[in-house]
Amino acid sequence: MPTSEPIVSVESLSHDYGERRALDNLSFSASRGEIFGLLGPNGGGKTTTFRILSTLIRPTSGKVGIFGFDLLNKPREIQKRIGVVFQAPSLDKKLTAYENLHHQGRLYGLGGAQLSSRIGYLLDRVKLGDRANEYVETFSGGMRRRVELAKGLLHGPKLLLLDEPSTGLDPGARRDLWQYLRELAQQEGVTSLLTTHYMEEAAQCTRIAILNAGKLVALGAPDELRATIGGDVITIQSPNPEELQKNIAAQFSLNAELIDGTLRVETPRGHELVAKLGGAFPGAIDSMTISKPTLDDVFIKKTGHKFWVETEPSANGKDKKKKRR
Amino acid sequence: MSEWVIESPAATATPMSPGVLGPALTLARRELVRFFRQRNRVVGALLQPIIFFVFFGAALNNSFKPPTGAEGMSYQEYFFPGTIVMIVMFTAIFSTISIIEDRREGFLQSVLVSPAPRLGMVLGKVFGGSALAMIQALLFMCAGFFLKIKLDAVMIAQAAGILALISFALCGLGFIIAWRMDSTQGFHAIMSVFLLPMLMLSGAFFPDAGLPLWLSWIVKLNPLTYGVAALRHVLYDKPLPFLPDFKLSLALTAAFAAVTVIGSVLISGTRTTGDLQ
Repeated sequence: MPTSEPIVSVESLSHDYGERRALDNLSFSASRGEIFGLLGPNGGGKTTTFRILSTLIRPTSGKVGIFGFDLLNKPREIQKRIGVVFQAPSLDKKLTAYENLHHQGRLYGLGGAQLSSRIGYLLDRVKLGDRANEYVETFSGGMRRRVELAKGLLHGPKLLLLDEPSTGLDPGARRDLWQYLRELAQQEGVTSLLTTHYMEEAAQCTRIAILNAGKLVALGAPDELRATIGGDVITIQSPNPEELQKNIAAQFSLNAELIDGTLRVETPRGHELVAKLGGAFPGAIDSMTISKPTLDDVFIKKTGHKFWVETEPSANGKDKKKKRR
Repeated sequence: MSEWVIESPAATATPMSPGVLGPALTLARRELVRFFRQRNRVVGALLQPIIFFVFFGAALNNSFKPPTGAEGMSYQEYFFPGTIVMIVMFTAIFSTISIIEDRREGFLQSVLVSPAPRLGMVLGKVFGGSALAMIQALLFMCAGFFLKIKLDAVMIAQAAGILALISFALCGLGFIIAWRMDSTQGFHAIMSVFLLPMLMLSGAFFPDAGLPLWLSWIVKLNPLTYGVAALRHVLYDKPLPFLPDFKLSLALTAAFAAVTVIGSVLISGTRTTGDLQ
């Protein structure tokens, strides 16, 4: 397979749960060795995308190719080649770590000495080699996540799909996970495609797709996306933000956006403007902060609201559950 | 926590096709391992039918009227094959409803995204449930020696073959019922309105002689009737003219098994909400 061809290509992908459109016309592609992130708030559509790519659900419309195989026609070929790490646990707690991995290997056609050595290697790799024969129900949440990762990697897939992989990991384990994903990418050319709702985690991806309410709002490398916001971002807390917004517009010809009670100004030279604003409106400002743009700012700019605010009832998690049947 | 150890990878070069039997056997083995690790399940499964058999057998022995052609048969003798089928039904069906737990606890999702064919997944449950059912049924038959039931090795071997068919059929039936359910409570409702009557009206507990006409038709249309009949034929050393013919019974039991297993494979190709929890 030529390396220039994308490992994952998604074209105009849409999915409905009953009446509700969970994913609307999503397109992106990921190439070999990338760590591609799907970033978005809950209900944004990233888990739906994960489920479609992992072959758990069939999309309502759109085209997906993985390793050049069509997802709708050749799911078996895709299943052989991808490793899936679920957010919800998939381990049998009544079995040992070794037994869980052994069953997994058999489901992928592995067996014998090859399977045993592969299990040994992966359990060592996730630092559970000495706990191989203990029941998973005695493991901590972080240890279980590591067994899940070993399970996803057991058959040596070149594409790893991970749903919220950092959830339930302490900061140290999170760093280890990321280091491992990078090593897999560099040493074995493994592509990782993960979902996350952590901005800091998305910032470590080679490229990200930001999803909101089922739609793609931004796509690119984290640095590129941040660069689309000019210079600095100033956020202003004010007792009367509407009036201040008008005054800033009148006096400085600047468009300050009012988002959830906070004023936001993008400007090439933040420190100069902060001084001017402070001088011009002394009583109208409670606080001002100046920062380099983050992915948060990218999200706010593209959607007009903060990341953690539930946008509308239809993107709400509770509603989503009701609609599913 | 420090860095994870890095060694040279031992990944497979080409993706493998798992086939049907590999996944089926590994999943069946999982059912057995899980069963034997839960000690109360093992004890309950062994004691329950013996208690049932002893109490029912003693209680109904005096009011039992042997069917025509089997004069002199005691109720215990009549009820013995019925108890075996009861064991098989409870074990087979309770082990296949574990698919509901597998789904809720998440184990199922990794089976669903694996390249293992759905037939492998279904046969894993069917083989696992059947193995458990047959182990218990055979142990109970051995206990029959102490309960004054005359059995020999040939009878037990023939019975084992018929029990395998009955277990496949009932495991498949359990799978079909359980696949779309998201709670075990729902399964208990089906159990009491459908599965228990099916067992009652299969000839396992009482012969159909003397039943009202409509009821005897239900018995005739009940596929389990023929499994029970086939088992009775091989467990008695005398001909049993009140039962359907042996070959017919055997054929219909095999067909029952084929239909439910194929039905399980078909239904397992449909997706349910439980995958989306």
